[in-house]
Amino acid sequence: MIPVHYYLILSAVMFITGVVGVLTRRNAIIIFMSIELMLNSVNLTFVAFSSYLGNEAGQMFVFFVMAVAAAEAAVGLAIVIAIFRNTQTININQVNILKW
Amino acid sequence: MSSELIVFLVLAAVSVLSGILMITRANPVQSALFLILNFIALAGIYLTLHAQFVAVIQVLVYAGAIMVLVLFVIMLLNLQDEDPLREQFRKKHYASLLVALLALVLIVQSIAWMGGDTLAGMTAQSPLALANGTVERIGDVLFTSYVFPFLLTSILLLAAMLGAVVLAKKRFP
Repeated sequence: MIPVHYYLILSAVMFITGVVGVLTRRNAIIIFMSIELMLNSVNLTFVAFSSYLGNEAGQMFVFFVMAVAAAEAAVGLAIVIAIFRNTQTININQVNILKW
Repeated sequence: MSSELIVFLVLAAVSVLSGILMITRANPVQSALFLILNFIALAGIYLTLHAQFVAVIQVLVYAGAIMVLVLFVIMLLNLQDEDPLREQFRKKHYASLLVALLALVLIVQSIAWMGGDTLAGMTAQSPLALANGTVERIGDVLFTSYVFPFLLTSILLLAAMLGAVVLAKKRFP
């Protein structure tokens, strides 16, 4: 049998991949996809503990996280389109109107 | 090595590699396709955890709906390729990588510390896991214990839908 550590380490590696994507990339859509990757790595932790503890609460959480991620995708991409319409770019170095 | 472990390791390698490829491609469409590969590998990992419902929803909602929306927006905006990452790599990116590495060490170290007592007993899946992942069981719990959060989710999705329409509208009346 696979110890639960393996799933937790995999989840940690995927989460850090998403963090590196958010910190280094300048394309708003790729940053957005990195956030989805981080959400999914946390979902993996939820499902792993749900399965190893025999408790279905973790899978319910994953269900709600997916609902929130769907809402986030709709609103986030609408913001990207609104930014692109105003500035003709989605490079976040050039979208700095709120920068102090 | 058991066959279970081999399946897990293959799926884990696919998901990690596709995640790394996703953040290193200059073309956003390639990034999106690698993210879809990552989601499908993750659905396979959910199946090794006996979470059938979550695996199906992962493919339907994430790899299907959300990524189609992302690809649609990428193609609607018609973005050019960025400069290759090697050329836009600057000194401050070393700081980002260092921060990420420290965070990874922190997470792995906390797993190792917790592994001493809490996780040591968790070497095999619970016998309840097989029944807990089915649609029957999830539906049973969702519409009894979690019915209030479920109803709140519908309001959240309605608000997100209205917000998306208002944000993407051409001009406010």
